[in-house]
Parts: sequence; structure tokens; C-alpha cells
Amino acid sequence: MKFVDEFRDTGKAKSLTKAIHKIAQSLAPKLTKPLQIMEFCGGHTHTIFRYGIEQMLPDNIEMVHGPGCPVCVLPMGRVDDCIALAEHPDVIFTTFGDAMRVPGSKKSLLQAKADGADIRMTYSPMDALNLARKNPDKEVIFFGLGFETTMPSSAFTVLQAEREGISNFSLFCNHITTVPTIKAVLDSPDMQLDGFLAPGHVAMVIGERPFDFIALDYHKPIVITGFEPLDILQSLWMVLQQIEQGRNAVENQYTRIVHANGNTPALEAISQVFEIREFFEWRGLGSIDHSGVRMKESYAAFDAEKKFAVPNIKIADPKSCQCGEVVKGVIKPWDCKIFGSKCNPENPMGALMVSSEGACAAYFNNGYHERKTA
Amino acid sequence: MCLGIPGQIIAITDADMLLAKVNVSGVKREVNIACIVTDDHPVDSCIDDWVLVHVGFAMSRIDENEATRTLAILEELGEVQQELDAMQQGAS
Ligand code: SF4
Repeated sequence: MKFVDEFRDTGKAKSLTKAIHKIAQSLAPKLTKPLQIMEFCGGHTHTIFRYGIEQMLPDNIEMVHGPGCPVCVLPMGRVDDCIALAEHPDVIFTTFGDAMRVPGSKKSLLQAKADGADIRMTYSPMDALNLARKNPDKEVIFFGLGFETTMPSSAFTVLQAEREGISNFSLFCNHITTVPTIKAVLDSPDMQLDGFLAPGHVAMVIGERPFDFIALDYHKPIVITGFEPLDILQSLWMVLQQIEQGRNAVENQYTRIVHANGNTPALEAISQVFEIREFFEWRGLGSIDHSGVRMKESYAAFDAEKKFAVPNIKIADPKSCQCGEVVKGVIKPWDCKIFGSKCNPENPMGALMVSSEGACAAYFNNGYHERKTA
Repeated sequence: MCLGIPGQIIAITDADMLLAKVNVSGVKREVNIACIVTDDHPVDSCIDDWVLVHVGFAMSRIDENEATRTLAILEELGEVQQELDAMQQGAS
């Protein structure tokens, strides 16, 4: 496939790997611990495991798999809220397939569907709007989740509903923001990260500048990264070059998609429909200030939180969960006491075991059922 | 859930609603093109655009020149590596 196959070329991957090993070797005498580079985005985690990128890296470079999997970070109480909405008699509740398996305190959306709630998977929020057009006697709710990548699609769908006067469509807005979340990771006292791969598709929407603070205030290199294996390897090489040269800058590897200023129509739609929430609750990370958005008052007619009574259920993460430490790179998934035993993909206790983009599920599914003895 | 897939716009299906048909590896589907339409790039000029398709939206135009440039850097890196390898072997 054009723009895909070229970025999976094994010859080029080999020369990148060599270049990475060379820099790592020259850095080795100066290091007291392995370099920890965080890929923030679950999409990157997926590519890293799918192509075995960690195995290609030298021993003194460690990938830390960040919290950027929107499905994984949904608190259990939020899933319970979704189910409460879906169980309203006249509601058709719609969402992306990824969200269906996330466990709530009693059940997942998939189980609620089996129990009779009208819950449907949609590929696009536009498909949910279509359902609303076709079912004027039903209330169609779209469960919008994800970072700035999916935010524009939700915003444009609401704007379209408004234009057409479709009054039986609403959005249950659970969109989250990238920058406050990275900041929360950087601010945690046990953080030891040396550099970042920034989420390419978030940057496609918000541009390069919002990441400046990582270089300027926290003095860490960060490279905006695409999602094919060569993209990841090249970005790692770019981060290492910055470390070698003692530079901290925002660099863009994914220039075929990401423009410095982001995407203007998308940003306009976002700021028209959404505003920042004071705080948002995350699974594994607790509450993070300004890390989510809600719909503006002027769009209350399309806001499921205003149209329906959302119970706003709060359920603490199980005590034994160590997702927070894994996400910050303090421990590896297999260091968590319940990894693979009480917590596994069939029966996830913690956030990172929920979807294949979560670090713990990725480790488990790739055969690391316990600590790898090198 | 943040991944996208490249596709090419083959027709505008509803200029008013900003809908177009894309071809993604032979699979055709209608997408919303609101993110790629600007004053400098009106609806009509979107035909033949390569775009990143994500949750039913053409999120961004793919810049072919930039893609080529990235690949050229990697090509060059490969050549330099080979040369360095050859030098090293010659020296040992
Ligand atoms: S094993 Fe489960 S509980 Fe432990 S860190 Fe991973 S996802 Fe969280």
C-alpha cells in the first residue's frame, strides 16, 4: 500500500538499527542507567510490539510505554455511566469497537449488550448520526473518547447535527487532552525518562508548538513520530542524536502528515464545540487537572451529560494495581504483583491490560508472561 | 485507536455536506473532508488527494514530497553505513 509499505522496508530498518546501536555505544560510558524513552501513544506501543522493535534495540535503551491508550485509561465508573445511559429504554448507545470490552465495576458494554441494552459499534461518529436520522423515535448517544486525534470527528459530527437540526443525537463527551497528561507524567517525582516519541496523529491536529514545554521547561528531547516501523526507528535515532549532542528540541519526523501549525479546520471545530474541564479522572493515574474537555453550554442540546442524568459513578482502582508506576516507567509490567495472574487480558484488573495497545496486554500477548531473564 | 490508513479521494459525493468517496486499497467508502478543505484548497481540488483516513474522516492530506524526502534520508543513511562498514573491514 502506498505510504505504508515503503515505511516497512527491512533494508532501511537495518541501517537505522545500526545507527542506533552506534550512538548507544558512544553514549554508554556516560550512562549510569539505561536510557528510557517513552512512546506516549498506544498506537506506537502497538507498532513496537508488532514489529519486535524492542528486540532490535541495544540493551542500554529501554522503551517505556506511556498512558496514551484512551481505552485503557477509562475509569471503571465511566463505563458504568455508559451502561446506565445505554439502559435507558429509548436509547441507542453507540461507540467505537475498542471501548466495548473495557470492564466496568459489574460488566462491560459488550456484556450489557448481551443483557439486552441497544449498544452498537460504529466505525465513525458520522455513522451514529446516520442512525439518529433513521430512527427519529430513538435517542442516539455517541460515546466520544480519545485524544485530540478523535476530537475533531466528534466536533464536526455535533456541528453537522446542529446544521441539520437532528435533535435526537447527543455526544457523551469523554475526550482527553495530551499535553496535561504528559505534564502529569513529567511532574511525578519518580519519573526518570530521558526522551519522548510524541503522538503523530495528535500533532497532526494540534501542531508542533504545544510540545515545546517538554524541551524548554523539562529539558527533554521529543520527536513527533509516525506509526510505521521505520518512523519509530528513525525517531528513536533522532532522539538519541539530540541526547548525544546535548540538545533538547521538538523535532518532527512525521512531516508527510504533521504541519507545524496543525490542522486549522479541525482546531476551529474543536474550539467551537468543546471547552477544557477543570480536571478529569483517569484509570491508573488518578485525577489530572485540565486533562479533558466537555461540550460548551451553547451545545447543551447535543450533550448527553445535559440531556440525561449521568450517574457519575466513582470507583477506585483496585488496590493491587500498579498501572501508574508502569506508565511512568518506574516498573516493568511483569514487576506488578498481579501481572499475568489476577490481571490478564481475559480478565483485566488494571487499565493497561484492557486493549492490545496497553503496555501490560502487549507484554502478555507477546509471550512475556513473567520477567524475562536475559 | 489513533491509527489511520492512507486512501485516495476519487469523487466528491456531496459538496455541501463535505462528503467524498475514498479508495483505501480497493475498499471504497464515503468520508467527511471538513478537515482538508480550506480557502486555499477548495472542495473541487480535493479530487486525487492522498489523505489519512481515520474514523470516517479525511484527517490530513499526505505530503508526497515529504514522504519522498524522509525515505531519501534513510536511503542515504544506509549508504553511509555501508561505506563505514567497508572502511572498518578494510582497516582490520
Ligand atoms: S498487570 Fe494489571 S494491574 Fe498490574 S500494572 Fe498491568 S494492567 Fe495494571
